[in-house]
Amino acid sequence: MSSRAEILAKVKQNKPTLVPLPNIDFNDLITYPDLITQFISVVEKIGGAVFLYPTEEDLAKNISLEPNETYNINTLNMSEAEKLSLSKVHSLDLERVHTAYFRGKLGVAENGSIWLDEEAMVNRVLPIICEHLVLVLDKNLIVPTMHHAYQNIDVSKTGYGTFLAGPSKTADIEQSLVIGAHGPRSLKVCLIG
Amino acid sequence: MKVALFVPCYIDQFYPNVGIATYQLLKKLGCDVAFPLNQTCCGQPMANSGFSATTTGCDKNFVENFKGFDYIVAPSGSCVLHIKDHLKDEQNPEEAKKIRNSIYELTEFLVDILKVTNLESTFPHRVGMHISCHGQRGLHLSSMTETMDKPFSKPEQLLMQVKGLQLLTPERPDECCGFGGTFCVFEEAVSVKMGKDRVKEHEANDVEYITAGDVSCLMHLEGILKRQNSRVKTIHIAEILNHTV
Amino acid sequence: MENLKNHATAAEEFIKDEPRTDWHDETLWFVRQKRDLAAHTLPEWEELREWGSQIKNHTLSNLDEYLENFETNAQANGIKIHWAKDAEEHNQIIHKIITDNKFEKIVKSKSMLTEECHLNEFLIQKGIAVVDTDLGERIVQFRNEAPSHIVLPAIHLKKQDVSETFHKHLNTEKGNNDPQYLTEAARQHLRNHFVESELAITGVNFAVAETGGFVVCTNEGNADMGVNTAKIHIACMGMEKIIPKAEHLAVFLRLLTRSATGQPITTYSSHFNKPRPGQEMHIVIVDNGRSRQLGRADFRNSLKCIRCAACFNTCPVYRRSGGHSYHTAVAGPIGSILSPNLDMRANADLPFASTLCGSCSNVCPVKIDIHEQLWKWRQVLVNEGYVTTTKKIGMGGMAMVFAHPRLYRLLGSIGRKTIKWFPFFVNNKLNPWYKQRDMPEAPKESFRDWFKKQQK
Repeated sequence: MSSRAEILAKVKQNKPTLVPLPNIDFNDLITYPDLITQFISVVEKIGGAVFLYPTEEDLAKNISLEPNETYNINTLNMSEAEKLSLSKVHSLDLERVHTAYFRGKLGVAENGSIWLDEEAMVNRVLPIICEHLVLVLDKNLIVPTMHHAYQNIDVSKTGYGTFLAGPSKTADIEQSLVIGAHGPRSLKVCLIG
Repeated sequence: MKVALFVPCYIDQFYPNVGIATYQLLKKLGCDVAFPLNQTCCGQPMANSGFSATTTGCDKNFVENFKGFDYIVAPSGSCVLHIKDHLKDEQNPEEAKKIRNSIYELTEFLVDILKVTNLESTFPHRVGMHISCHGQRGLHLSSMTETMDKPFSKPEQLLMQVKGLQLLTPERPDECCGFGGTFCVFEEAVSVKMGKDRVKEHEANDVEYITAGDVSCLMHLEGILKRQNSRVKTIHIAEILNHTV
Repeated sequence: MENLKNHATAAEEFIKDEPRTDWHDETLWFVRQKRDLAAHTLPEWEELREWGSQIKNHTLSNLDEYLENFETNAQANGIKIHWAKDAEEHNQIIHKIITDNKFEKIVKSKSMLTEECHLNEFLIQKGIAVVDTDLGERIVQFRNEAPSHIVLPAIHLKKQDVSETFHKHLNTEKGNNDPQYLTEAARQHLRNHFVESELAITGVNFAVAETGGFVVCTNEGNADMGVNTAKIHIACMGMEKIIPKAEHLAVFLRLLTRSATGQPITTYSSHFNKPRPGQEMHIVIVDNGRSRQLGRADFRNSLKCIRCAACFNTCPVYRRSGGHSYHTAVAGPIGSILSPNLDMRANADLPFASTLCGSCSNVCPVKIDIHEQLWKWRQVLVNEGYVTTTKKIGMGGMAMVFAHPRLYRLLGSIGRKTIKWFPFFVNNKLNPWYKQRDMPEAPKESFRDWFKKQQK
């Protein structure tokens, strides 16, 4: 008998009587008086910085003023052809990326995370390997909790996606928090609207 | 109200004053108190060590002694919890069940059954409360820091009624003292370290006494205090509640 | 209990350095406090725990079907599924993938399952080196130690220790103990491994039957960095990691990090559904005793564990004895109820390494009755004969005395002075009680004697 068959047979034999799934009552979930204020306060608490822009044009203007000598990748308004070529770039060639810009699909007020899927990332390693990360998010896309998040997005729509919350961090040495473990050393969240 | 007093074995043998205070207190509060003379032990020391299979005789003796009472009261959260969770008697299953449901830890009995709100006792001292785990997490005598309960405490509710008593809470209000039954000898190093850390927090509050609802915790803390020549003394909550000037 | 170094002995050694023990205790207590604060931010916390518990109970009661669903959906996503009935098979599957591809540059993010299976040791014996990329795991790997905590692998070490280790292995400045500096050195060192990695091994926090995808949570970004570079991703998964639907992830992602570190969520909660173009993705589903544990009614719900380590941080024994004293991959209270299933003889001491205070069960995000299972394992271990003979005789003697009231009274009257018949009251220097504690003073009369006088 294959290990698969053996394992499944044993599980079938040993599992207890079927019990039902719970009913998750959304009425019992925490509510926030102001989702945006809550979202901003958590992002700041977990090491991110938040900037507000009335429109995306204002943000674009701001980006254009940034110094040009650094190696930045802006995915916000990339053509399909640019995306296709970026998707094939290896980590070795992305290692020096200074700042990378992405458009988040949804924000979660309770934990300050932003959902980025493969489509938004263009290249899976880019939001992790860049030194500094900028995530752009429409204010109206902030939901209260993770329950609402999974209701609003299909996490299996693309091959890969992540709820990204703050810059990479570690506290593995004496529980001292250090920002910038392996991934980005900073996270800027630009809220539009 | 017919109340049977259960005085756990080590209280009977080493801390008779705790039994006496409990007895006197219940009498004062109007209970008809009986002390079944052939009682011994709840069986916990064996069961917690993995030997529950050996406690049949002990269980049988317990049922024999405590059947037929309205309530059974003991000055020990730990022993009461053990009876509630584990007492069985194959020949007398109904009696065993009745006992499991009618046994109370002392402060629980005073608060929930006698509804004591005005104790005539005095104890003009600085007292630190040690919450015993089995009383708290097992019998739910007080809220627990891990869960989101509204704060409450049956023992403290009673101590607040004692004149002159100043109640002080240690920094970690419900950390285990490290007694743990036979853990206290088989894991001696950890047990003592846990006890020393409890003592240190009470000493930082400059208490005169550490009190608790369980003699086992107090015996362990007392052993450490005495070895360290500390001025802090231990006293069972029954002795405080029964204390008058 | 006849281990070479059982928990009690190892704990005693740990405690010898009392300031360090205090530091360890306080550091982990601080994590417990952060957990309390985080839990208190959600009014629905206790209900959330209940949902988590019920989802896991449901899944375990239908585990075979969910595993098959998961397999079908994952395969449709282009993921290759392997089944391993034990640690050996798990290790061989991974070894074969490595050798088939002739890969040499292998990185691994944290996976307690690979620790349980001793994957690194297995591969080293075959001449294959794996670089652990979680900072804490890299530190202990340099030191040839095992992680002492499932979430904070190097929590037994102080920054001076890390500094010395990094000086030796990474040539950092001698005596520079700044965590920022040391972390930066590890970042530079591991970056080279990441960008060159050919094969990346990860664990699995949750696998979703409905989607065939799985979730890996990290704060450092090490799992994603390795996986998204490497040509092959192998995810090692205990078969109890399954949950039915993606929406259930909400419950567990809300519970996991709040319980673990007090964070509202990890920095990266990454959902892997399909390999990227040109990449291979493998999942090794491992039993290794889990199906056996599923059959033990008293212990099956230990399989609900989501490895948050809240029970470690709250455990007064763990905080004062250190993870290594548990001599297993998963230490702490949860380890003490999981490990006897793996090897009863070797781990017979662990269910006794607890005061049964119950704090572990209270913090458990999926409501495992940990302290009750510790009690139940004790009964099983005694019944199966895994305790020392001296303990057996002592307990038998006590049980006999307590079953016979007259004998009890007789021994009591003699014993109060010599205090012999309680196991912890042998009044001599060999008695562990007496080592650091005084005996209670024997009173003149027992309560019973007093009571009888009153009645006269």
